[in-house]
Amino acid sequence: MTANNAPSPQAAGRGAGPRRNGKIAASIGAVIVAVLWAFPVYWMLNSAFLPGVVLEKTTPTFLPFGGSLDNFRAVIADGSFLRALGMSLIVAGATVVFCLLFAFLAALAISRFRFRGRRGFVLSVLFIQMLPAEGMFIAQYKLMGTLGLSSLVGVSIIYIAAVTPFTIWMLRGFVAGVPVELEEAAMVDGLSRTQAFLRITFPLLAPGLIASGVYAFLQAWNEFTVALVILQNSAEHTLPLWLRGFIQQSASRAIDWGQVMAASTLVAIPVIIFFVLVQGRMTSGLVSGAVKG
Amino acid sequence: MPTSPRARRRTKRLTPYLLLLPATAIVLLAMGYPIVWQFKTAMQKFGLAQQFGKPPEFVWFDNYVQLFTNPTTWAVVARSVAFCLVTAAVTMAIGIAVALVMNAASRGARITLQVALLLAWATPVVAAMTIWNWFFDWRRGLANWIFEKLGFDFYGHNWLENPWSFFAVAMIIVVWMSVPFAAFSIYAGLTQVPGEVLEAAEMDGASRFQRLRLIIVPMIKPVLGIVMLLQVIWDLRVFTQIKMLQDRGSLASQTDVLGTYIYQLGVGSSDFAMASAMSIFVLLLTIALSWAYVRNLIKEDEAP
Repeated sequence: MTANNAPSPQAAGRGAGPRRNGKIAASIGAVIVAVLWAFPVYWMLNSAFLPGVVLEKTTPTFLPFGGSLDNFRAVIADGSFLRALGMSLIVAGATVVFCLLFAFLAALAISRFRFRGRRGFVLSVLFIQMLPAEGMFIAQYKLMGTLGLSSLVGVSIIYIAAVTPFTIWMLRGFVAGVPVELEEAAMVDGLSRTQAFLRITFPLLAPGLIASGVYAFLQAWNEFTVALVILQNSAEHTLPLWLRGFIQQSASRAIDWGQVMAASTLVAIPVIIFFVLVQGRMTSGLVSGAVKG
Repeated sequence: MPTSPRARRRTKRLTPYLLLLPATAIVLLAMGYPIVWQFKTAMQKFGLAQQFGKPPEFVWFDNYVQLFTNPTTWAVVARSVAFCLVTAAVTMAIGIAVALVMNAASRGARITLQVALLLAWATPVVAAMTIWNWFFDWRRGLANWIFEKLGFDFYGHNWLENPWSFFAVAMIIVVWMSVPFAAFSIYAGLTQVPGEVLEAAEMDGASRFQRLRLIIVPMIKPVLGIVMLLQVIWDLRVFTQIKMLQDRGSLASQTDVLGTYIYQLGVGSSDFAMASAMSIFVLLLTIALSWAYVRNLIKEDEAP
């Protein structure tokens, strides 16, 4: 389901008076909703540039005039941010690599082979996506404790397992979208099945792999619950945990909201950029995954 | 490389299973095993002695009985279900309204709206929570300032102290974060409604409201159904938002929902049996709720 910009039914015919008024009213409404929805994000950015003294005033400052990058500097100068950034990159990187590999192989199996248990597998993939993390984190916490993996490794294993089913579902649509006839033609020309796949189909799957990879990355980057339960050692905290700790740390005295907002901005900006870039492709992948056999 | 035709045939038969092996193995390890462990643990006694290493004894369904004769459990369940239903309903109402506005607005206004919604959608939940905590901060929060300006006495008002206003704040946050998905999905459904049909209805004298009720709503019903269901499932397991609001100083006993209750039982009190029994309850509840959705997808999967 993608938000395409196809002309709306109302836009098809123009000129009529009441219809034109409706359109103007709707446009004003759209802008009002836009302002309401974007405001919290704006407020984060605005506060991130303002010094603590200004934020302590009784009257809020709505524009970051005279603002500076001091809050960002202070956050980065405190080494814990960079360490958490590193941890997040490791976990998210591992999740992307293994998810894509495992899901790609599985998607290949279910869209290019007919075998016993195929239907059961597809149904399990669907079903596992429904399982809530909140129903399982205690058992995962115990499991990783028993295995001695209450660390980044344990968290990565859980992320890979949690994201792989959806990635299979998404990639399956992309693999099914490449006609098998292309491979067959290459096989007639003398390539083996594997060669045909690698040379013909694989390059065509690149957009699908990128979209799925970004999806997996965002999941691992944003995840909070499992990380909170499993990562006991604060040296291994990922960005979401670090951000929570950053607020708690200063909760006894008055919070330096300027720094907290700068920290939130640093966590959010890469996600927002990534998300806006692939959002359309992700949702269309979702739809094609859902409708193609 | 197998050479005999028979060996080759066998490899070919095994290929799909080999391809499925890595994904299956990791999901079984990190999700399958924990579920089995949870079912087992939920039937064991996990008291103080067990925390010091005594092997737990089997008590079958005693834990469930104990859990569900405890009024606290029912308070948590009722709170979660009520919060979930109200929040999902509000999200749907606003989502539909925003989708209709998006559909009717001019191109420029529509793109402005879409960008704003994407910003809210993309903000990571933990970052979003710090923004909202700042917004409702009792000392310098913007919310208190706005109400002061409107002439109410909100100086130093703590929104998170009272459970009702705690959940009102939680609802505002969850709605802010989930309306974008709902609005985009419903808008995508709206663009599938053919313009000719609407025009024909208009020529036949159907009012704007009649067109909405008799043509648009029936055509986007499947989208509405699935979006509503996903909202209910998501809002039932809301964890991060509640946890981070609790962090800012509110009584957990009055604001716990299913997720934070399990966390409290398991990580807080190390009562793994009770936490597991509660988790099984959440799993069953989610499966019951999502059954219709899964069945729908299975049907689609069967269609050629």
